[in-house]
This record gives sequence, structure tokens and C-alpha cells, in this order.
Amino acid sequence: MSSTFLGLPSFPVAARESTRDGQLRANLRHATHTIRAKRAVAVGELSDWGELRAAGAAIKDHTLAHLDHYLQQLEQAVTAAGGHVHWAADADEANRIVTDLVHATGETEVVKVKSMATQEIGLNEALAAQGIRAYETDLAELIVQLGDDRPSHILVPAIHKNRAEIRDIFRTQMAAWGRPAPQGLSDEPAALAEAARLHLRQKFLHTKVGISGANFMVADTGTLVVLESEGNGRMCLTLPETLISVVGIEKIVPTFRDLEVFLQTLPRSSTAERMNPYTTMWTGTTDGDGPKEFHLVLLDNGRTDTLADTVGRQALRCIRCSACLNVCPVYERAGGHAYGSAYPGPIGAILTPQLRGTATELDASLPYASSLCGACYDVCPVAIDIPDILVHLRQRVVEGGETVRGGVKTVLEPAKGHTTERAAMRAARWVFTHPAAFAAGRRAATATRRLHSRRLPGPGRAWTDTRDLPAVPAQSFRAWWQRTHTTKGGTP
Amino acid sequence: MSSKDIVLGRVRRALAGAPADTTPYEQAIARAYVREHGRRTTEQTVDLLAEHLADYRAHVHRTDAAGLAGLIARLLTDRGARRVLVPAGLPPQWPAAVDATRVEDRPDATHDDLDSVDSVVTGCALAIAETGTIVLDAGPAQGRRRITLVPDHHVCVIRAPGQVVASLPQALERLVPTRPLTWISGPSATSDIELQRVEGVHGPRRLDVVLLDDAG
Repeated sequence: MSSTFLGLPSFPVAARESTRDGQLRANLRHATHTIRAKRAVAVGELSDWGELRAAGAAIKDHTLAHLDHYLQQLEQAVTAAGGHVHWAADADEANRIVTDLVHATGETEVVKVKSMATQEIGLNEALAAQGIRAYETDLAELIVQLGDDRPSHILVPAIHKNRAEIRDIFRTQMAAWGRPAPQGLSDEPAALAEAARLHLRQKFLHTKVGISGANFMVADTGTLVVLESEGNGRMCLTLPETLISVVGIEKIVPTFRDLEVFLQTLPRSSTAERMNPYTTMWTGTTDGDGPKEFHLVLLDNGRTDTLADTVGRQALRCIRCSACLNVCPVYERAGGHAYGSAYPGPIGAILTPQLRGTATELDASLPYASSLCGACYDVCPVAIDIPDILVHLRQRVVEGGETVRGGVKTVLEPAKGHTTERAAMRAARWVFTHPAAFAAGRRAATATRRLHSRRLPGPGRAWTDTRDLPAVPAQSFRAWWQRTHTTKGGTP
Repeated sequence: MSSKDIVLGRVRRALAGAPADTTPYEQAIARAYVREHGRRTTEQTVDLLAEHLADYRAHVHRTDAAGLAGLIARLLTDRGARRVLVPAGLPPQWPAAVDATRVEDRPDATHDDLDSVDSVVTGCALAIAETGTIVLDAGPAQGRRRITLVPDHHVCVIRAPGQVVASLPQALERLVPTRPLTWISGPSATSDIELQRVEGVHGPRRLDVVLLDDAG
């Protein structure tokens, strides 16, 4: 578990703060609406989007169902190609492995290409504690790092900052990290990108260790794949003498051919481009070209626990495109920080409580960070049924039950609070399993409909503070069905 | 117990109880998607490549064998290039008319040496029309990955239609996965600031693509 996110407030508390920030909401609304419209155009270009989506989901499901086989195949292929493979059961172990590898090079500085996995495990903080400075090189990650901030979006981590705020960060902070910002820096995006180019150039040319994640790992060839836009990825993946990649075990695809699906769906879902500017594929090490040493750290950190949940495991299909963030009405208003992990938005709401468990108030609140509108499912390029998993996780939080933590079967206690929901669910279960009571209740509800308040009494009152109860119709659905569909002798 | 055993043990326990699935992988996935979007003549495929490269602000030029040396020389002069890097295997006639100092792609050159080069001229492994992508595989006329990364100006020659494929599935069929592969779709770019696209961050800020007619 990352120390970065420990002790954060629950989603509703954090969201209450962030939704009051007018600047943040304006930045987010502009960004999400822009990218959402572009994505629709890019996806619309492909007549077979549905088939690509289905194939992507099937490839990932197959891989997960045979994960032990593909992990071993991958290890063999990477090793045969001159790489070294390390296994990390949790974040601490991964951080320790990377720290030791960097120490072994004798270096105290590393360049990093944006990686969700290293954010998840809090690698930068772990390295800093051991005297190693990690330089983020993605423009947005640089902005976040210089601003002592946290990323708020998977694809555009500094989406919550506007150009003037970014210029101020560059002006005041760049000098402490290396080459200062140019004199008279304007807030034009081109000028800010140029400042980042100058600031990072010497670091790229002289830093001996690079750290990355990967978008895909090909089991049968041992090939790793990184998609990016700025060229900082290519710099980190080819110029250093030692390359260390920390990758979640679910990032495997069985064959090189499988990339024909994801290289079509990921860029269009993510940046809304036909193809991102740069993609690097490497297999172990190559004599005279690129790093001399390559280390792959395979990260579990809650992924096998997620795999053990037959409903929740489809979250492991995720290719981190962030399309679900851009269509989510909750993300658009609350922003990424409220989710309290490296993974904001709808995917974070189902991934974080599975990777970390639901022991903290924050993690237990995440499955509720949704209106269940389903837009996230519609845009997901690997068809993850996010609303279904949200409901599943809500049930787990409220009712407790069997789950797996750290590879061990555990029985969860029902969460504190949620007593009203629990009582309601228990009552509902009794009513649904007693048909006579259900029918009587239905008739009673219809007969007394004019007397109903639009507010709930008792502990349900808070729910109706912000919404009206729906009116009870004159006739129940069952009654209507019985009246219009019952054939002679048949039962509906 | 090693961490490998721990992780693999957890995976197996998580999957325990699932029915054994022995379908060979080739048959396990329904690949109902198309191998190519739409139908085009060879000429139209090359036109589509040119159009999609230009969409991402690559500068696209067309020429034949007779015009190539002059075109390359002009592109370098326009850029004011004084030092030009040429990888091994580059056909000698390509840079024949270049005035600038030629620098070879040496394994012992430092990254700083490369940083003092103004432009690089390479070929490619193939190009993909539907996505506007060039793929380099470190083969002849392409050199090490870093030579198309550190200099600020990249001139890339694509033999068209010989090296042009229509779609991504067709490209992957032709590539050797174990070679270091660099896929390039336009010059380096970022949209990190207010989602406004800016060309040119860390890679070459100008990408000139030459479509060299190799038909007939």
C-alpha cells in the first residue's frame, strides 16, 4: 500500500471540498468534454469497434484464466532475451527490489517515464527515503512533481491545473530540481513545453538509470510495449545504461499478434488519436542499442486478490485508457484527488477497493463514488462492467463476507455505518423470498399512493434531502403484466 | 518460499475451481474484427498514409529516385543543418547532394555527441496508412534507436508503395517482435496543458517524411 495516500479523507468528504473549487470544476469540465467529443470521432472511424472491443475483453479474460502459465512463459522469454525478472508480492517488496537495483548501479538519480504502477506503490517516496532522487519526465508528471501535488487523471495528470498555474510552478520550482525556467516565461503551452524540454534535456543525456512501467508484456516473445506522446518515454527507455520496468502481472497478452487489437483501441480511447506519436517495443537487451541491463519487476500488490473475486476480476482487463474518467459525471465534478489513489474515476472506484481492500473509510467509500449511470461501461474498450462491480463491492462493504487479502481467505465484517442499508437489504430479502408478503406490500403501496410523502422518514431522511422519492404508479408492473400478458391457464 | 512461488500460488488458488479450458489459443479468441478498414487501390493506400501523416503535422514530400538526393539536400538546407547523421546501410545516393558534414552512427559516440547533430536521415521498416505510422526496426538505413530521438530534425524515407501496408494487423504480421521497434506517428507532441496540442517536446520537433516512388 502506498504511503502517499494513507490517511486521506473518504470520498464524500474529499469531494465536498473539491466540488466547491470553481477553478477546478471549470478546468475539469473543459478537459473532459473536449476529450470525450474527440474520442467519439476517433472511435467512430472504425466500423468494427464492437468486434475489437469484444476481442480485447476475450484476450484479457483468457490471459487471466491462465495467468500462472503466461507469467512463467513471459519470465522465460525475457530471461532468454537477456533480461532479469523479479517477483514482488506487494508494494514494499517491489520498492525494495528497485531500490536495491539502483543502489547496485552506484547511482543516486533516476529518470522516470510515467507509470501508474510505480505511483500505486509510492516508488518515488521509497527511493527518496533511501537517498535516490527520481525525476518524472512526462510533462504533466513534471508539473505535479514540481508543484508537490498529486496526479488527478490517468492520461493527463495535471488536468486540474491551468496554464497560469503551471507557469507559476515552473517559475518558482524548476531551479530547485535543475535548470531554472527561462527568463520571462509566458503561459503559452508551447513556451511551457519548451521550458520542460530544456529543463529535462541534460537529465536524459546523463542519467544512467531509467524506470518505467509498461502498457503490455507479450508472453511468447518477452516483448514490452510503452505508448507515449512526448518522447520522454523513448529517452528513458533507450538512453540509460540500466532500465528497470515495474509492471502489474495483469498487463500480459499471450502473443505479439494480440497487439493488433489493443494498438487500435488504446490510442483512440485514450488520447482520441489514430495512433499516439511514439510507441517503443523492446525485448530484453540488444547489443549496442539501448540499455545494457534490463530488469522486469512483476508486481502483484492485490492483483491476485482481485483475481480471486469472480465478479470483480474483470477490473484486471483495464488497459488504463481513462475513457471512463472523461464520461463520468461524478469524476467531472469531484476531480481525481478525491479518489485517494493512483487510479481516479470509475476504474479507480472498482480497482482501488479490490487492490487495497475496503478496510479504510476512504476505500470503503469508493464503490459509492458513482451514480451507476453506466457511461463508463459504454466507452470501456475492454467492456468492463463497472456498474456491476460497483454494486458487488457495495454489497461487500455493507454485508461483509468472504474475500481474499494478501492471498489468504478472510471473512470481512460488515462496515460500520451502513446500518440502514443493511436493515433495508435484510428486509428486502425477506420480502422477496416470501411472495405473499411481497404481493400484499405491493397492493398496499398502490392503494395508499396518494398519501405518500416524497421524503423518507427515519434514517432514510438523509437520502431524500437531495432527491424526491419516485411516485408509486397507479398499478404495479406485476399487476400490469398479469392484466395484459396472462394467457389462459398460464402464469406470468 | 520465493516471491515467485508466493505469487504463482496465489494465482492458482484464485483460479481454483474454474473448469479446465484446453482450447488452443488460436481458437480461443473470436477475432471478428477486420484486417483492413475499407477497400483501396495501392495508390489510394499511399494517399491515405500521406494524409494521416500530415494530420499529425509531419511534413510529407513525394519524389522519385531521380529527385530524391535533391529533395533531401533541400530539406536539410532549409533547416540550416550543419551536421547530419547517416546510419549504416543508407543508400549512398540518398545524401549525395548534401553539403553538411556527415556524421556516422558509431556505437561509442556519447549522447552528447549525438546532441550536437542537427538532423538525421533514415529509411524505415514499414509504414501504416490507416494510422499514419512509420515503424523503425533498427535494420539497414535505420541505425540505433537513439539516432532518431536526440537530433531535433528527422528525415525519414519510405519506399511507396513497397513499404506501405494498409492496417495495423498487416503491419504486425510483417514485423519481427524481438528487434527493437520504434513506432512514430508525427513529431513528438503533448496535450498536457489544457489539452492544447503542442508539437515538439523531447523527440525531434520536425519530422519530414519522403514518400519515394518505387512502383514499376
